[in-house]
Amino acid sequence: MSAKSTWIRPYGDTENDGKVQLSFSLPLELGALGEEAAKKIALQMGIHDPAVVHAEALSDSFSFYIVYGRSEHQVDISSLHVVEAGHHVMTKEEVEAYIESHFIEPLVFVGASTGTDAHTVGIDAIMNMKGYNGNYGLERYKGIKAYNLGGQVDNEVLLQKAIELKADVILISQTVTQKDVHIENLTQFIELLEAENKRQDFIVIIGGPRIQHGLAKELGYDAGFGPKKYAFDVASFAVERLYSRGVKVKK
Amino acid sequence: MNNKLNLNQETIQSCRKYAKDIADQMQRFIDQHTTVAVERTVLRLLGIDGVDEFGRPLVNAVIDHIVKTGDLSKGISHYMGYAVHDTEETPQEIARRVAAQKFDLSIYTNEGRCPYFGELMPFFERTLARVDAMKNVRSSWIDKTPKKTTPSKYVIVATGNIYEDIKQAISAAKKGADIIAVIRSTGQSLLDYVPFGPTTEGFGGTYATQENFRLMREALDQVSEEEGRYIKLVNYASGLCMPEIAAMGAIERLDMMLNDSLYGIIFRDINPKRTLIDQYFSRVLSSYAEIIINTGEDNYLTTSDAFDHAHTVLASQFINEQFAKKAGMKESLMGLGHAYEIDPNMENSFLYELAQAEMAREIFPHAPLKYMPPTKHMTGDIFKGCVQDALFNITAVSTHQSIHLLGMMTEAIHTPFMSDRAIALNIASYIEKAFKDFGNEMMFNPDGIIVKRAHDVLQHAHELLQEIKDEGLFQALEKGRFAEISRKPEGGKGLSGVFVKHEIYDNPILDALKKRVKEGSHER
Repeated sequence: MSAKSTWIRPYGDTENDGKVQLSFSLPLELGALGEEAAKKIALQMGIHDPAVVHAEALSDSFSFYIVYGRSEHQVDISSLHVVEAGHHVMTKEEVEAYIESHFIEPLVFVGASTGTDAHTVGIDAIMNMKGYNGNYGLERYKGIKAYNLGGQVDNEVLLQKAIELKADVILISQTVTQKDVHIENLTQFIELLEAENKRQDFIVIIGGPRIQHGLAKELGYDAGFGPKKYAFDVASFAVERLYSRGVKVKK
Repeated sequence: MNNKLNLNQETIQSCRKYAKDIADQMQRFIDQHTTVAVERTVLRLLGIDGVDEFGRPLVNAVIDHIVKTGDLSKGISHYMGYAVHDTEETPQEIARRVAAQKFDLSIYTNEGRCPYFGELMPFFERTLARVDAMKNVRSSWIDKTPKKTTPSKYVIVATGNIYEDIKQAISAAKKGADIIAVIRSTGQSLLDYVPFGPTTEGFGGTYATQENFRLMREALDQVSEEEGRYIKLVNYASGLCMPEIAAMGAIERLDMMLNDSLYGIIFRDINPKRTLIDQYFSRVLSSYAEIIINTGEDNYLTTSDAFDHAHTVLASQFINEQFAKKAGMKESLMGLGHAYEIDPNMENSFLYELAQAEMAREIFPHAPLKYMPPTKHMTGDIFKGCVQDALFNITAVSTHQSIHLLGMMTEAIHTPFMSDRAIALNIASYIEKAFKDFGNEMMFNPDGIIVKRAHDVLQHAHELLQEIKDEGLFQALEKGRFAEISRKPEGGKGLSGVFVKHEIYDNPILDALKKRVKEGSHER
């Protein structure tokens, strides 16, 4: 690869044109001043030739803008570091075969949406029979015992249940992320595990629309899964990690 | 209402019969019990408000005091009747002294049936006069508001700060919203008290407090004035304080309240007994105050598959309808819930959604049905999301839904920005206009997919209701009949706040409300 080709810009319809679209609201009534302010904001974001293609009033004191322009910024992709769970992804059938051939007994997964978070869409998508988008959940996996504790589960309760059920893997889902409430809650769970001297007893995985693997590692978890990840992604990671830790492994 | 789907009327009647049996069985249980929330509501209706020096609501202070030192199974009216008679103080003054530990109500525990309820009634009448005044204001506003045949557009605000919520609500009203719902902080349903005063914090919303209700209602009255149409206000009653929040809503003129007989049990793991007892008082109050209730069947479909479990929604609507009737509620106040949640990857998903929405309309012709947008299958692809919402909007308008909760293209990303809501309102207004009379032109192929789908769902709901009638609602909940979530009668939060009524138990305030609802004497 030539040095030049590692630098990229957004693409509209011509290489390097830098074309982007953005939309935002301003705390200003609709008018010439608002449009000018919108353009200025785009310019300061490094958007050249900003065009306000649509503007409308949201109330007497707020207005909305759709802006197109060219991004001045470019990135050198050779300088980027991406943190991914980095495991090889197996299908449901492959995971089941892997468990069959590598482990002496079923693997136990306990999951919940924790803290004040009542949203169970995420944990249900990973754990429930039906799964999501045609991908079955862990309950349907041979060789996995899956317990979905539902929403608004306290960290203390989750840990207690994980101990009771002899969990190998704990799954935590966080959907509400307003004011970073999830960070606080996730940090507290790790602290709890450490205080109880249980961190090494489980693989602990987090998931949610705003979760990335990098964040998970930073907070002390084994892995993090964001949007468009399914039960097989989570299971693939977990079974390989359990194997490498020697948990329930066939001799 | 015409019968485009040619639904079997006998099956529908039979569903209602089963649901009535289910509600009758449960009502016998409800009538034998009271809860801390029911008794706190009595205190609120006697005019007790405010908090003690530790920020604890006075109504909690009084009820906690009786639970600890007296016998709540005799009812708080027993204690307050004696106290008001002896001291000639107002309930508010008595509550203040109880909270400060300067008055011990337990001295009345062993007294016989209280003969002084008559002395409580003037305080209750004062609260009811306020509720009546609010009803009059509402109905005169509704008379002034231009009538329309299309659904009312309902949007949420959820900034977590009541003052920001107000800005967002004003913007939404100016963009054409008819109804504004203020989302509560996640987890409020599990608080066994109602926070006090204006609040500027919370996650995914801010707290339902009486002051927040008042502030938002005041702002919406102002914008109603400017727009020349009444903007309705919604908040959430469901949870451990269901009847208390309903009382606050009645006093501050909320127009709709989320008030489901089963939602808290299934989705918040609140004890089933507690919720079923609480929902009754809460609904009697809503019936009196003419607050439209919203039920939460849509939530079943965010957990279970929307195609396979559509019949659980219908069965639950029948049950909610009967519980509402038990509370004397008019059909025009029963905002039964359902949702557009079928996987968009399914072939003919739009046809099935149309079938289910039309079915609900035909089965509950006078109910202000609450129709919820796609949430489960919104992906973060905002552009596709707009189209998913558009299909939902077309269904809502064409099948004459009443309360049309607008979908947000940024569902699954963040609580809506002001602009997300404006875009949703623009799109919905366009479809409302473009499809205005489309529903009246629409006929269905009698042998086609849509008619068959509606018949199948009704048939399955009928079978499910029969099973629930035979096993009883508590057992049905334990078996996970709804949303595939199992709840035990002795499990969940709030069971310690449930009491079997003592033989001298009385609740003169609930009795008075029931009587007036029944007589319709509260009608203008």
